[in-house]
Amino acid sequence: MTDTKSLPGSRGPLIYRQSIWTRVTHWVWAICLFFLLLTGLQIFNAHPALYIGQQSGFEFDNSILSIGAFNSDAGPRGRTTVLGQSFDTTGVLGVSGSAERPSFTAFPGAVTIPSYRDLGTGRVVHFFFAWMFVATMLIWFVASFINGHLRRDVVPRPADIGAIPRDVADHARLRLKHGRSYGPLQKLAYFTVFFVLFPLIIMTGLTMSPGINAAAPWMLDLFGGRQTARTVHFIVMLLLVTFFVVHIVMVVAAGPLNELRSMITGWYRASPGTPTTQGDKP
Amino acid sequence: MSGLITRRNFLRGTAVAGSGLILAGCDQFDFLGARDNQVRQVMEQANVLTYQVQRALIGDQTLAREYSASEIRQGQRPNGSMDPTTPEYTFLKMQNFAPYRLTVKGMVEREVSFSLDELRNMPARSQITRHDCVEGWSCIAKWTGTPLGPILDMAGVKPQARFCVYHCYDNIQRTLSGDILYYESSDLVDAYHPQTILSYGLNDQVLPVANGAPIRLRIERALGYKQPKYLHTIELVDDLSPFGRGKGGYWEDLGYDWYGGI
Repeated sequence: MTDTKSLPGSRGPLIYRQSIWTRVTHWVWAICLFFLLLTGLQIFNAHPALYIGQQSGFEFDNSILSIGAFNSDAGPRGRTTVLGQSFDTTGVLGVSGSAERPSFTAFPGAVTIPSYRDLGTGRVVHFFFAWMFVATMLIWFVASFINGHLRRDVVPRPADIGAIPRDVADHARLRLKHGRSYGPLQKLAYFTVFFVLFPLIIMTGLTMSPGINAAAPWMLDLFGGRQTARTVHFIVMLLLVTFFVVHIVMVVAAGPLNELRSMITGWYRASPGTPTTQGDKP
Repeated sequence: MSGLITRRNFLRGTAVAGSGLILAGCDQFDFLGARDNQVRQVMEQANVLTYQVQRALIGDQTLAREYSASEIRQGQRPNGSMDPTTPEYTFLKMQNFAPYRLTVKGMVEREVSFSLDELRNMPARSQITRHDCVEGWSCIAKWTGTPLGPILDMAGVKPQARFCVYHCYDNIQRTLSGDILYYESSDLVDAYHPQTILSYGLNDQVLPVANGAPIRLRIERALGYKQPKYLHTIELVDDLSPFGRGKGGYWEDLGYDWYGGI
């Protein structure tokens, strides 16, 4: 190993950072999550309300979110109620489309698959990609455990926790390091996604299945009822969308071509000063 | 490299990436809604996988959760048909269902039929269960009826029978070419499940018309559309294709999954 102190303007080594397992599962997930999100919103539109507990209150109120439309003197308006607070969301939630041809769905057709109301098709596509998603996750966990990706890039070490404040400061200044393994915040983000959000969204999805409820009633108790599980499923979806937005912003900030290349070919241009090892390219 | 990321470049890149997301409107995937689309037919196999895996993992006799009486906090929300208008049903309703008979036919040793009084005098089971609509909502209610399994045994199900088809009185859809009547089907595991009952009582009252009077089948480990209301005939078959559009139920013919356990 040669530790070359880089000269100003020199480039870091080209390192093989992402294995074929990481790259393939990444893109399969990207496709899966795209379809799961948009068909999920289709399914949500069939009953655009979320509740806490075992059942949905029709003669009592246990809803924490509802999206609907009502008529006003100025025409139909969309209304979203969150924790008892109502917001006028005309044009986005509840009522969307043009004034001449308004559409009365909770989420607009632009973000659902199909674009029109079709719960049956939404479910077919959702469950297909749910199976793909889970299968990909199993493959990823086994491969990442064996090839060291989990240990190197995902599970934070004590030192990573201590380095978080500094990493936050570096990110705030857009001073991003491109090393051989992931940085502290990166590890924390991916650890949360793989060990918290992915398992949660799969388990809450299964808890909505009456068949699984019979086999594993403890899951109903774990989440506090089928309707709470449905609510948690929705909230985890929002967190994954948030992750996606931050993910894209960070790819752009860190150098989109280099990041894309590493996720397509595996090769990644590290920061100047990164120690080189065998197998690196100049 | 990273040194070239100025604030301006960063903002520009983010704006480009963001506008790409907004352009991803999704009517280009509407072809998946066509029932005969080949991609859709491949995707539908995931539901077959779900059915097989759940049947393998979940014991045939494993019960759906039953709740305590304190969980009944509201009436059972009706959905779908709520007051059928076919002449047969209207007549029965006027007679307070006195002439009603439930028939078991098809691949059985002997066709049998029972009046409502006969069904009510059979061994009864009451269960407080959660009804899950495919739309996403749930409602807990107490259902009382007689288990279907022993009734099938009275008729003597032939070995080649694989499914029960449930024929109903309600015209769920009225078209120019006539009424479309609701029907459903299940495998024999669901039919013989201990909680599968021919219910005639709801929350300690006589089953109301809106909830499927006089008889509604309960299949407690499946979604609401697998629980046909206004049931009059159970037909044992080995093939679902002759009924409706051949998918095993009214909603299945419209693209919903047949198993309905998820």
